[in-house]
Amino acid sequence: MAYSEKVMEHYENPRNVGTLDKDASNVGTGMVGAPACGDVMRLQIQVSDDGVIENAVFKTYGCGSAIASSSLVTEWMKGKTLEEAKQIKNMDIAEELALPPVKVHCSVLAEDAISAAVEDYLKKKQAD
Amino acid sequence: MPVYLDNNATTALDPRVLDAMLPFLKDIHGNPSSVHRYGRLTRNAVEHARMQVAQLVAASPEQVIFTSGGTEANNLAILGSLSNKQPSQLAISAIEHASVTEPARTLTRQGWELDYINVDADGRLDEDSFRSTVSDQTALLSVMLANNETGSLQPVQELAQQLADKQLLFHSDASQVAGKLAINFTDLGIDMMTLSSHKFYGPQGAGALIAKRSIELEPVIHGGGQERGLRNGTENIPAIVGFGAAAELARLELEQNSQHSEILKQQLLSELNRIQGLTLFSQLHESLPNTIQFALENFDGEALLMYLDKQGIAVSSGSACHSQAGAPSHVLLAMGVSPELAKNAIRVSFGKNNQTDDVSVFIKALKEITLSSPQSMCAG
Amino acid sequence: MSDIKLPIYFDYSATTPVDQRVADAMIQCMTVDGNFGNPASRSHAFGWNSEEAVETARGHVAALINADPREIVWTSGATESDNLAIKGVAHFYKKNGKHIITCKTEHKAVLDTCRQLEREGYEVTYLDPEPSGLIDHNKLKDAMRDDTILVSIMHVNNEIGIIQDIAAIGELCRERKIIFHVDAAQSAGKVDIDLQQMKVDLMSFSAHKIYGPKGIGALYVRRKPRIRLEAQIHGGGHERGMRSGTLATHQIVGMGEAFRIAKQEMQTENDRIMKLRNRLWNGFKDMEEVYLNGDFEHRTAGNLNVSFNFVEGESLIMALKDIAVSSGSACTSASLEPSYVLRALGRSDELAHSSLRFTIGRYTTEAEIDYTIELVKRAVNKLRDLSPLWDMFKEGIDLNSVEWAAH
Repeated sequence: MAYSEKVMEHYENPRNVGTLDKDASNVGTGMVGAPACGDVMRLQIQVSDDGVIENAVFKTYGCGSAIASSSLVTEWMKGKTLEEAKQIKNMDIAEELALPPVKVHCSVLAEDAISAAVEDYLKKKQAD
Repeated sequence: MPVYLDNNATTALDPRVLDAMLPFLKDIHGNPSSVHRYGRLTRNAVEHARMQVAQLVAASPEQVIFTSGGTEANNLAILGSLSNKQPSQLAISAIEHASVTEPARTLTRQGWELDYINVDADGRLDEDSFRSTVSDQTALLSVMLANNETGSLQPVQELAQQLADKQLLFHSDASQVAGKLAINFTDLGIDMMTLSSHKFYGPQGAGALIAKRSIELEPVIHGGGQERGLRNGTENIPAIVGFGAAAELARLELEQNSQHSEILKQQLLSELNRIQGLTLFSQLHESLPNTIQFALENFDGEALLMYLDKQGIAVSSGSACHSQAGAPSHVLLAMGVSPELAKNAIRVSFGKNNQTDDVSVFIKALKEITLSSPQSMCAG
Repeated sequence: MSDIKLPIYFDYSATTPVDQRVADAMIQCMTVDGNFGNPASRSHAFGWNSEEAVETARGHVAALINADPREIVWTSGATESDNLAIKGVAHFYKKNGKHIITCKTEHKAVLDTCRQLEREGYEVTYLDPEPSGLIDHNKLKDAMRDDTILVSIMHVNNEIGIIQDIAAIGELCRERKIIFHVDAAQSAGKVDIDLQQMKVDLMSFSAHKIYGPKGIGALYVRRKPRIRLEAQIHGGGHERGMRSGTLATHQIVGMGEAFRIAKQEMQTENDRIMKLRNRLWNGFKDMEEVYLNGDFEHRTAGNLNVSFNFVEGESLIMALKDIAVSSGSACTSASLEPSYVLRALGRSDELAHSSLRFTIGRYTTEAEIDYTIELVKRAVNKLRDLSPLWDMFKEGIDLNSVEWAAH
């Protein structure tokens, strides 16, 4: 399978690889996928008091397209409000990275990771 | 230098085709199903060849299914399109190659009715027989585009037009026509068509079934998922590349090759017409530009072939695939030729490597033998 | 490292380069100044010469496996041989029964053919191998029934390289008068095969796995006791009616030459390759969370199948673009499923997803092995730094206790 240049570029130089303190109240963590399916994405966001994503990091176990998809969304999410971040759709990711049809599920996973991270943050905030 | 006049059996590989194949024999090895670079290179080569083959017959690349040759393509067309259907009737011409007749016959064991369409004395499909054989019950019709023995062309496009409103599948074995005359799969109006690489200066071991995408085919060979699951097994890359290269050369040089053969054919015909007791089979205007089949009265074909071989001339009685049986040609019998005369048949098939001298050598040998008595030849 | 040509080929089980000696022999049979005739042409020297070349090649193939040349049927490759053997026996002997036994780790050419026969009303038992990849002969015996007509077990597995004891399995089958088919695509030229001794009735071969050309294979069909087959490709009656279609002389000659060379050089080549394979494994085995897949002892010299836990195989291949390896079988690597072979051994999905297959062959060098060890180590470390699973493992979390949101 031939990967697009953009996938290769993100894969070679992944952005925002890292870990945030998942217990901190201003951090939301989304972990989606399963090892049995061959991909697990962990996306973490750090949100300011006025609801803007200040930082986004990821770690991903999966194919090159999964790594590139998660790397790309961390870039896109930074500086966005939670509402804006939730507008990122899998087709935007797939298009930007020129994913072939068999890899579109990677972009779906990335979209799921965004939702999960935002949900986690909102849940924490409610509990406060 | 021996004289090879058996180009309908197989052709010598074009050196340019060999050049195209060599990198894939020597340097670029790889399994097209592999994801690494070697695999991708071979995958691209297969797709390029698919396009070249498609262009030769004015089909689209996605209609090309690569097989191990014409025989397998014919098997795939007939068994693959019918094996999952409720048995009804299929019809084939009486002059088909064994690779059409035999799979059709095996279907009769599963309850299919197999009917043969007759040909006239010139080896052309008989209209009356066609009308009485093909009906609404017919699930598949297979009529070759041209016959390998006599060279007679069949009115496939006209038949397809007559059948336009029918449900049946129409297959044509075009193995002998590709590279000799222009073929337009789309204009022919048929559903499936067979091609064979080694009949037009490509390598043996490669062929294709051209099939409309709407046709539901079951594979004949299972496992691996290659060729959209229709033809499983690791692709024969060098042969497919060679097939593609041969198809491109055949397309670009079609007119030139066809005229070259036609000149040799006319030259031979004018000489043969002067020989006493010689019968020419199929004198149709619509025939392959390179093929002549004839018989000499009282000259046993087998013995004549042996004699010619000793003179360094390679011809055949008809189909190479039949030369084992020693039985008279089913094609000639279908044309109403007597078994005695049919056993004397000699087929000359020209190719682009033949020269005018080859005709002279052949005629000289033939004249020498006709001057001696048939008995003495058989004894010798 | 300047003498290393990139990418390095480590995928000899997917296909091999054609040996120069094989290519030379093939080219002699192609063009107008060579031996290009149709071997079925009986009326002239062009045909006879081709036929002679075909028969010489048949002799070479038979010699490697100690069989009679008359027991060799040419096909377009091992996939077709498997199809012809299995469907051919099933259709011919269906009056004797409709039960077939095979194993879950067989090649798709065998499994898909068996699935097709199930659709036709046959019953197929798919044996589970032991975690080593080997078949428990008692389980095979238990699966045999009075209506079992065929057992099909591969000699060497294409993914993990383990060698089944087909001599012993042959004895079991012969005792019960069950026909025994062996897919030997991965074993010919690598493991000794003696069909005078082994009670194998049908055996599939491929040329392009042992430095011969693609598009040609063979099926061994035993004469004593005689095995009958129903043809699957019908036509001019070539190969005694078992496989119709013009014989591709140059391909057959190439296969013959490849088998001739294999017989001559097998022993020395195996010794050399085994040393290289062990060197590679020694380079990996001290890394953390590295698992060898399949039995180490009963394994062909050139195969190393390793799982690098917490790293996904496809991304690893991407990081290793300087080397050509495969994850699982080439025939399934376009799909997203983990290797069904490793799953059948009882490997977890994670480990199956994390597997790489290195297959070493005639042209592999020691320098290539050393280069690869370093490259793989770097890539695995890089990807583990990216892997949330690696983090969790390091934190001491049992991944099996996590509730994953499967998608």
